[in-house]
Amino acid sequence: MGSKVGQHSISFSRPPVITVGTTIVGPIEGKGPLAQTFDWILEDLLFGEKSWEKAERKMLQESAKLALKKRNLQEQDVDFFLAGDLLNQTVSSNYAARCLGIPFWGLFGACATFVEAMLLGSMIIDGGFASKVLLAASSHHNTAERQFRFPTEQGNQRPMTSQWTVTGSGALLLEDNGEGPRITLGTVGKVVDLGISDVNNMGAAMAPAAASTLISHFQDTGTGPNSYDLILTGDLGKVGREVLKELLKKRGYLVEDNLNDCGLLIYDLEKQDMHAGGSGCGCCAVVFSGLLLSQLREKQFHKVLLVATGALMSPAIVQQGETIPGIAHAVVIESG
Amino acid sequence: MKFLLAFLVGGAICTIGQLLMDLTRSSITPAHILVGYVTGGAILSALGLYQPLVDLGGAGAVIPLSGFGHSLAQGAIEAARIKGLLGAFSGGLEATAVGIAAAVVFGYVMAVIFNPRG
Amino acid sequence: MNQQQKRQREMQEEYRELIQEIKPKPPVLRNCILAFTVGGLICLVGQIFLHLYSTQGLGVKEARAATAATMIFLGALLTGLGIYDVIGKYGGAGSIVPITGFANSIVAPAMEFKREGFIFGVGARIFTTAGPVLVYGFLISVLIGIIYYLVH
Repeated sequence: MGSKVGQHSISFSRPPVITVGTTIVGPIEGKGPLAQTFDWILEDLLFGEKSWEKAERKMLQESAKLALKKRNLQEQDVDFFLAGDLLNQTVSSNYAARCLGIPFWGLFGACATFVEAMLLGSMIIDGGFASKVLLAASSHHNTAERQFRFPTEQGNQRPMTSQWTVTGSGALLLEDNGEGPRITLGTVGKVVDLGISDVNNMGAAMAPAAASTLISHFQDTGTGPNSYDLILTGDLGKVGREVLKELLKKRGYLVEDNLNDCGLLIYDLEKQDMHAGGSGCGCCAVVFSGLLLSQLREKQFHKVLLVATGALMSPAIVQQGETIPGIAHAVVIESG
Repeated sequence: MKFLLAFLVGGAICTIGQLLMDLTRSSITPAHILVGYVTGGAILSALGLYQPLVDLGGAGAVIPLSGFGHSLAQGAIEAARIKGLLGAFSGGLEATAVGIAAAVVFGYVMAVIFNPRG
Repeated sequence: MNQQQKRQREMQEEYRELIQEIKPKPPVLRNCILAFTVGGLICLVGQIFLHLYSTQGLGVKEARAATAATMIFLGALLTGLGIYDVIGKYGGAGSIVPITGFANSIVAPAMEFKREGFIFGVGARIFTTAGPVLVYGFLISVLIGIIYYLVH
């Protein structure tokens, strides 16, 4: 059985294997540089449904089903289903779980949800409580916009620091044995708040959490930035990434070439006019389950530190004058 | 000439709004801008400072939402002069009734006919 | 407790300064030129209607009201067609401040929340932005009327 390492980290003695990864994305993501790495690119944001919320739910559901199909499994072959999304009461996940009928844990960690699910899924498997865990996370640009900001048809100008919520859902199947990349370590993040209240600058709200989790991880495991082929953050975007580098530098960690961000990978920022980059639970989920998983399988990378960051933002609470806390969870994936 | 002035005055009034959005706190939304323009326009109008702008710019001063504030203020003042205290209550609404009814009717009709594209 | 709060506040202040340094500045000049042009053009269209209605024999006030109603119609229509948000992306305040922007702020939420029904969806959301505008507009108007009444 795994054990706790240092103050915040967990090491797995029987590292779970990521056997399958699936991705579904919206049309804009499908026109981006990662188009080749996605399983399914939607032609429109409604996905044949009557509302965007129903479309997001269907996306999450279909990405989970596709994972089962790729592995020739039935719903009852999977022990647990872990999923989360950005909507109130995590409705997309709840309704997807209603359809799948697999014992379910609904998670909310804002855009850090996907890695939260990877961490918990790995703990469940390593603890011997399950042999197969299915996990998924989704976001949808239009459902998020209207819940967190403005109606989509409102003619307002997005500031340069704003990020574009990814329409997409990614799912992974974790198993106790098999071939593929393995999750060997994890670091659980603390909620960190350095007083950002700008709802259009999520990167700045999340960067301190990313720095906190990374530093805990390095301290707990005795590693440093150079111990990894790639440190991939979830959706800090252009602004958040610069801030993270600066915060790490202050603490004596220099990170340069091996730091990348899912929010920067998923779009062509110049051509697609995405300002600071992509965001949302789906961002990290589709970039990891698509691009990263295949790169790990092909052994282009041997050891990757995935750090998903979430801005724990509630419009009502921000209107009451509160600032926006952030959280970040990390997992180490080795190509095995 | 009237058309050029409308363009210039209207453009200038909008530019002030852009500066407010770009240079002040990030929590300024379109709703704040619109509320600010209506109340600001009404106050300027009550002080007699908005009418000259309307005389100069025509639609350039009427079409921005400060022009809506101007109508509200002038309606209230005129009705208060003629009808007294009751007029102070009814004047603003009377002067802007066409615009408000148009906003609700056209707004409703368009919202029912069309669906958002995202 | 006080010490800790003070340290926290210092850290936040320091962090805010860092963000100000790093965050990309809005292209103010470009935004202003666009706002000026878009706002000016919308008002120019308004002037054309005002001219038309005046020459059709409407009085000054009636012509203005008709112009406002026409512009509201256009703003609402362009929102329904999905064009106004594109204008807004470039025009910024130039498309928010004119009365067409007011129409946009009425149609956008009403249309988007239609899926939640006609009472709590369309009916309630239609006033998301228009509500505050009307509330403060009426308040200030009545206040001005009362002050005028008291002074004269």
